[in-house]
Amino acid sequence: MHYLHRGDDAECNGSPAKRCRLRRRTESVRRSRPPFPWFGMDIGGTLVKLVYFEPVDITAEEEQEEVENLKSIRRYLTSNVAYGKTGVRDVHLELRNLTMCGRTGNLHFIRFPTQAMPRFIQMGRDKNFSSLHTTLCATGGGAYKFENDFRSMADLELLKLDELDCLIRGLLYVDRVSFNGHPECYYFQNPADTESCVKKPCTLEDPFPMLLVNIGSGVSILAVYSENDYKRVTGTSLGGGTFLGLCCLLTGCETFEEALEMASKGDSTNVDKLVKDIYGGDYERFGLQGSAVASSFGHMMSQDKRDSISKEDLARATLVTITNNIGSIARMCAVNEKIERVVFVGNFLRINTVSMKLLAYAMDFWSKGQLRALFLEHEGYFGAVGALMELLKTTEDP
Amino acid sequence: MDKSITLPPDEIFRNLENAKRFAIDIGGSLTKLAYYSTVQHKVAKVRSFEQNAELYEISEQEEVTARLHFIKFENAYIETCLDFIRDHLVNTGTKVIKATGGGAHKFKELIERKLGLKVDKEDEMTCLIRGCNFVLRNIPHEAFVYAKHADSEFRFQTTHPDIFPYLLVNIGSGVSIVKVESEDKFERIGGSSIGGGTFWGLGALLTKTKRFDELLQLASKGQHASVDMLVRDIYGGSYGSLGLTGDLIASSFGKSATADKGFSKEDMAKSLLHMISNDIGQLACLYAKLHNLSRVYFGGFFIRGHPVTMHTITYSINFFTKGEVQALFLRHEGYLGAIGAFLKGAEEDNPNQYSWGENYAGSSGLMSVSPEMNPMQRARSGTFDMLEMDRLERQLVNLPLLQDPSSYIPDTMDLTEDALAREYWLSCFEEALDGVVKRAVASQPDIPEAIERSEKFRQKYRHKLQTLRQQPFAYGSLTVRSLLDTREHCLNEFNFPDPYSKIKQRENDMALRYYQKAVKSLEQLSWEQRQFALVRGVLAGNVFDWGAKAVSDVLESDPEFGFDEAKRHSLRPALLLQGPPHKCALFFVDNSGVDIILGVMPFVRELLSRGTEVVLASNSGPALNDVTNGELQILTERIAAMDPVIQAGLRDDRLTLVQSGSSSPCLDLSRLDKVLAMVVRERQTDLVIIEGMGRALHTNYYARLSCESLKTAVIKNSWLAERLGGKLFSVVFKYEVPPGKPSQEDSSAPSTPS
Repeated sequence: MHYLHRGDDAECNGSPAKRCRLRRRTESVRRSRPPFPWFGMDIGGTLVKLVYFEPVDITAEEEQEEVENLKSIRRYLTSNVAYGKTGVRDVHLELRNLTMCGRTGNLHFIRFPTQAMPRFIQMGRDKNFSSLHTTLCATGGGAYKFENDFRSMADLELLKLDELDCLIRGLLYVDRVSFNGHPECYYFQNPADTESCVKKPCTLEDPFPMLLVNIGSGVSILAVYSENDYKRVTGTSLGGGTFLGLCCLLTGCETFEEALEMASKGDSTNVDKLVKDIYGGDYERFGLQGSAVASSFGHMMSQDKRDSISKEDLARATLVTITNNIGSIARMCAVNEKIERVVFVGNFLRINTVSMKLLAYAMDFWSKGQLRALFLEHEGYFGAVGALMELLKTTEDP
Repeated sequence: MDKSITLPPDEIFRNLENAKRFAIDIGGSLTKLAYYSTVQHKVAKVRSFEQNAELYEISEQEEVTARLHFIKFENAYIETCLDFIRDHLVNTGTKVIKATGGGAHKFKELIERKLGLKVDKEDEMTCLIRGCNFVLRNIPHEAFVYAKHADSEFRFQTTHPDIFPYLLVNIGSGVSIVKVESEDKFERIGGSSIGGGTFWGLGALLTKTKRFDELLQLASKGQHASVDMLVRDIYGGSYGSLGLTGDLIASSFGKSATADKGFSKEDMAKSLLHMISNDIGQLACLYAKLHNLSRVYFGGFFIRGHPVTMHTITYSINFFTKGEVQALFLRHEGYLGAIGAFLKGAEEDNPNQYSWGENYAGSSGLMSVSPEMNPMQRARSGTFDMLEMDRLERQLVNLPLLQDPSSYIPDTMDLTEDALAREYWLSCFEEALDGVVKRAVASQPDIPEAIERSEKFRQKYRHKLQTLRQQPFAYGSLTVRSLLDTREHCLNEFNFPDPYSKIKQRENDMALRYYQKAVKSLEQLSWEQRQFALVRGVLAGNVFDWGAKAVSDVLESDPEFGFDEAKRHSLRPALLLQGPPHKCALFFVDNSGVDIILGVMPFVRELLSRGTEVVLASNSGPALNDVTNGELQILTERIAAMDPVIQAGLRDDRLTLVQSGSSSPCLDLSRLDKVLAMVVRERQTDLVIIEGMGRALHTNYYARLSCESLKTAVIKNSWLAERLGGKLFSVVFKYEVPPGKPSQEDSSAPSTPS
């Protein structure tokens, strides 16, 4: 990350604005700093994650020179917290006073459904985005899927980036710059006990090797040995998309927030068959606790129970089923790869304490304390951050 | 409950009179009952007479043998069945019934009240593993690989002598993954709550369909791509750098959150099936990898013969292991719990000390559960599925001279995979049926009810052939051997233990009269001429085979068809007996009469004269006109009385008669009498001769042995001769030397008569 902090802030201090600007411009040319706006985009199966760097060190002259549509983009993004019906800025995640490529600014985190992608491209055309001559760095499957649409509809060329490269680069960067002075990383203390289970910040010092479990619509599991040395161990199609999809079908809900809200009120043991429901208690021959789930949705084999079940219980059972399954696969991969640190990221974990605690518990319990589950505050945005960094990097090394 | 069902006593719950040691496995929808019983049936015996015109006396005696019965039926019939058992249970000291399965608890009171037996519960998983070990050990072709789009959906695996270690993935309502290392050592290494119950429960919620089978039906008609988010839905194509193709599922049910329209039941069921199968497959692979296991068997009600789930699990395992691990399924998977519970209760009988064999006459065979695939199955008798296993008199082991026991496949042609050959042989056996029935009746001229029994035999065997036409995989790989063995089992079932006994006796008697003359004429020949003549003699003798239709037609119509006649059909020999003499030759013999007496014995004599010890292996029990060990004992004594060479051989223990352990016209070198294996080892056998179509052509043609071997037969079937590129009465004379040993001559068959 040699290109990030050059200590050039000091050069500006106490200098007349003009000289500073001049120097900065020449420096910008020398280092071929990309022109604003700086975006990084991650177009996933369900959500588009967008990070936007808002420079706060803009001089008056710079502001004068700034073309109108660039200004309007900046104002539009920074003065709103919601865009259209479905776009949201996660204000609480904003990274303030960050220095990137010699500029100081705030990094904004914005998301909207992938379904709204055509409208987004439309907007890019309406705002004449292509005139800004910026490179739009994009990762995620959508970078490939929508490449033609960007070109034909908005006259924009995407710089397509691999999503796993971006994920790892972005994650390591955000962890390094920290979350406005606080640790980016956290874990759950006492995961076995719901009463005393608490979130604790921690550092991701010496992060390798780590098992990185990215839970988006689906799940990818990576073994990461260094920033550039990693492999995708496996993946599963039972991910966030499965949770939301099944919840919509089972309960008629429409959003992730709604589904989680219902799940938080439900009781999965009315839906799942537990070991004790079958054996009357623990299954001692195999060391299975009576409270362990023997069959997810197992009670739903019975018509009577299907007729009397609540939507909340169904939502909870769906959440627990998907989460435990991810935990189980992640744990097996950790053992097979001989990695003790498991980092869970992805938007499935957004506002989803239930799943995080379950994962923390599952890692701890099944490994007898050997494995630790770690979580990161910027859950699903690392791919987009990684894409932005690629923008700053590529233009730097011609 | 269907009270109207009546149970025919001679078809279901057979041999209840002597039943003991009951075990029951009650699952979610099916009950499996197991019991041990003894079966009284006729066996053929021969006994030598000193002062009699007859060569030996033939008698049919009653013999009691042990049999295991396993019956599977729907839980709805449980009360009817218990009543039936109570009414037919005559006299048993049984006080306890072993029980396992989730339903054992629910029906405990009913069973105790109806049968007056104490229900003794056994651990489900322990029973499952015990049962699994038992079938893997005792039933060849128990395990199979499922391939939906292949010519034959079921590819059966040869039984490995060493069945451990393996992984058993039991998919019931949840999933248990068990690592089995030995008979008693196994461990549940993992599991998952996403299993059959999840498919059923979640499927019922999503589709409002109640029954598991119906859900599978729905799934088999659905398109999951409308519900699932595929890689191409995200990428627009494949994710090339990771090698993920566009049609892979990225997120199960991923489209159902955003779609504004509803989904069809079929599509949702299909998506759910994929989700669950893939998940189980993935976990199984992770565990297999962690424990370094390559044999992974799948069972449980989620699998239970359902082509749909076998296919999706197979697909998943292939995907996650890149083809390194194959998903294996079991023909008798549904019976494992009942078998295991039974074995737990029968420990004092030491059932694991014996070898057992599947009785083809009494077993239903593998039925596909899919009604489209199997229109026959839902007939009334399909409600009850049966497995019967006979306790074999002898423990069966591998021939120690097999080059690679784990890759040995006895059968030359797999009719499950070869539709043309299957059609030919099924028709061939159907056409021959009249003759077999006639022969069976003729073998019991003084017993009036023999005709009635012979008709029952006809019906039974014809039904088997019809079943096999529909479902060639019913009893494992369909082969000429299995068709022959099934016929033998059916004949035995209806008390025709040895339809050819009289014919064999007559022919043995006649051939004996020519023995001295034949030996004398051989002795007059020069050494080289004699070698030719000896081989020609074996081949000519082998033409006399009532089992082969082409020959029996000639034999029936032309009583003058003599040995010299047959000799003309034979051919050029090979110089097998050149060079230093062998230490010991093992000779698997075929037919009685001319074949054994005038063909084989002079050859044996030559071997003995050369200083080679000889072990003659013949069938333990009758099959067609093959000479049995009992008959051969008598014949050899008679010959010894005429021939000092044979006499000396017997006296000095250089000529030994052993039984093969089989009652089949074919030969499975992986299931031979333990004594035979011991003798072969002790004598340092270095030459194996296998004679006859059944043993050297239908089976073992491709068998690789670790010593010199000769496979020889006369092709007495024109279709087969044509298929092998020869003519009727062509000769197979296949002399092979294992790699690394000097060859004398390697002539391969078939060669046309000279």
